[in-house]
This record gives sequence, C-alpha cells and structure tokens, in this order.
Amino acid sequence: MARSDVQLMLDVKAGDDSSFELLLRKYRTPLVNFLYRMVRDTATAEDLAQEVFLRVYRARKDYAPSAKFTTWMFRIATNLALNSRRDGRYRQLEVSIDQPAELEDGAPAFEVPDRQPGIEHQLIARDRADTIRRAVESLPEKQRAAVLLHKYQEMDYDEIAGILQCSESALKSLLFRAYETLRVELASLVETRRAESQPKTQSRRGEMRS
Amino acid sequence: MNCEQLQEILVAYLDIKATPAERRQVEAHLAECAACRGRAEEFQLLWGVLDELPAVPPSAAFSAAVRARVAQEPRRASFWNWVRPSPRLAFAGTALVVLSLWLSSSVPPARQQVATAQQGSEAEFRMIKDLPVLEDYDVLADFDALSDLSAPPQAGSELERPQM
Ligand SMILES: [Zn+2]
Repeated sequence: MARSDVQLMLDVKAGDDSSFELLLRKYRTPLVNFLYRMVRDTATAEDLAQEVFLRVYRARKDYAPSAKFTTWMFRIATNLALNSRRDGRYRQLEVSIDQPAELEDGAPAFEVPDRQPGIEHQLIARDRADTIRRAVESLPEKQRAAVLLHKYQEMDYDEIAGILQCSESALKSLLFRAYETLRVELASLVETRRAESQPKTQSRRGEMRS
Repeated sequence: MNCEQLQEILVAYLDIKATPAERRQVEAHLAECAACRGRAEEFQLLWGVLDELPAVPPSAAFSAAVRARVAQEPRRASFWNWVRPSPRLAFAGTALVVLSLWLSSSVPPARQQVATAQQGSEAEFRMIKDLPVLEDYDVLADFDALSDLSAPPQAGSELERPQM
C-alpha cells in the first residue's frame, strides 16, 4: 500500500532519504509548473522549486503533520514565488512577457517535420496555448495562484485557502474574479471552444447541471 | 439571490461542491437570469480552454540538482554523529586492520588491536549498509584514507566528527 505524503515525510524525519526521493518524484512536475506560472521563467521556477524541496528536507526534524503535506509545501512555494517577484531579482522577466515568442522557455517542443498534415493544427494549438499562458500570467498574483491551485492542481477550497491564507469565501470571490477576467480575456478561445463542442459541453472540472 | 450574491458561489456550484441549499438558490437564479446563465456556461467552456495549456516538465538536471543540494545537508543530528565514526575514520580503521594483519602474520598482537579489528569490521558493516545513501559517496572518494592515519581528525571539516 502506498504511504501517504505525511507518512513519507515522517519517514524522512526518521532518517529515510528514499522517502524524500519519492516525494521529489511525485511533486517535482506540479511544483515546477506552479512556480513557472507564478514567476514566468523556467530557470527561476526550477531554482525556486529546488529551494522548496530543500526547505522541506531541512524542516524534516521539526515536521509535525498538522496540515496536509501539499498545503505546507505549496505554501512554501507560494511565499517564495511572491517574495522572488517582490525582490525584483527577476524584474527583467516582466519585460520579456510581452515579447511574442518565448519559444525557448521550455514549453514542450512542437517539433513537427515539414509538410506533415497536422502541422497547421499544431501551430494553432501552440498559438492558443501561448494566448492562454499570457492571460493566466497577467492575472494579479493572488488570483493567479488561486487559479493555478484550483484549476491545475485541482485542490479543494480549504486547502487553497490555507495556502493563500484567506477565508474560503474570500477564496471563492478571488476565483470568481480571476475566471471572470479570463473569460473576457480569452473570449475568442471560449467561442471556438463553444463551436467545437456544440452538442456536448463538458469540462474536466464539473459539469453544469440542467 | 441576486447576480452579485451568485458570484460567491458560482464556482463552487460548477465544481459541484455547493451545498444543496446553495444549489437550489443558484439554479433558481440561473433560471431567470440570462446573463448569469451565459456566464456559467462560459466558465465551463473557459475551464476547457485552460486545459489546453500544456504542463512543463522539469529539466533533466532538476532532480539531480535537488539531490545534490540535499546531499550536502547535515543529517542525523547529534546522537548519530556521536555514535557513528566518520567514513574516513571507518576506512582508516579497516585499512589499519588489513595492514596490521599483513605486517604481523605470525605474531598476534595485543588487546588493543582486537579492539581496533572489532571497530573496523563494525565500520565495514555500516559502510556496506549505508552505501546507497548519497551522503556516503565520499567514502568512495576518500580512498586514500591511509594517508589520513597520522593526521588527527580536523575540526569543522565536512562532517561533524566525533571526538575520538
Ligand atoms: Zn444574474
């Protein structure tokens, strides 16, 4: 039976480094992605993600399972992300956001051989992904963090509220405002989506009841 | 319920996490407000759109970098540092045993060496046991342990050594 994150962390505390390795493997991608969307730069995101893991490891001696492991870990990550932007250490990144092609920024390679029939479709997909990325990255930090944790990490409200240190009702308002902004910003993509999915409207996160 | 009040629970409603009472209120409002109905539908379409954003895998070097940094961390607080001889000393102990066995094949030395031999084999056992642990990589790197025999352990070197 798989050990819970809390159990893994307690095992790390007891001196078992292989449990830390399991946590690293489980959370490296979610964490790097979250930080990437927060700081908008892969190198910075990876630096911060390293720092998160290091802090988790260092804190093992005093670790007491009072909160969910992910709440604790993403709280560290969120604080690091917010601080790193406030430091201005990565201020030059702000400038690069508006530059259209950040192809080197680590987005999965869209290496398509010439003349392949799917190429047009893939270029469109990349274009859409780029538009989405920019819209998400333009959200105010706290709204952005809320969307990332809600939509991409699929966390519950109480956990996100714990990470962002706000009440659940404040979080729900935050999410509403964020999605409302995105709905307007991404209106054209929403429309193509509507056209594509005409008879059947579904999303991964819940379905409207009729 | 008005449009503004709906905002606070619309996301929870669409997540199917609203309470039954909230759900009834939302549905009553949606039935009579085209604007909110349209918004609710577009939120769901939006969530589908957001799914198109691909995840970024960490670079190949990422995990190795984390492991390297973690390996530099001091581990096992005071108790183990006290009990456990440093890898270098352990190796030196083992080497001493081998060396003395080789030098004095006929004359069995005194008690002192028995003690050393015991310590040596214990250390050897520990090294085998700990071999997969990254921190002990320097056991292998320090193969020239013999040269350390004369030198006393230095304070403040990479591992906090017990005072022998
Ligand atoms: Zn309304």
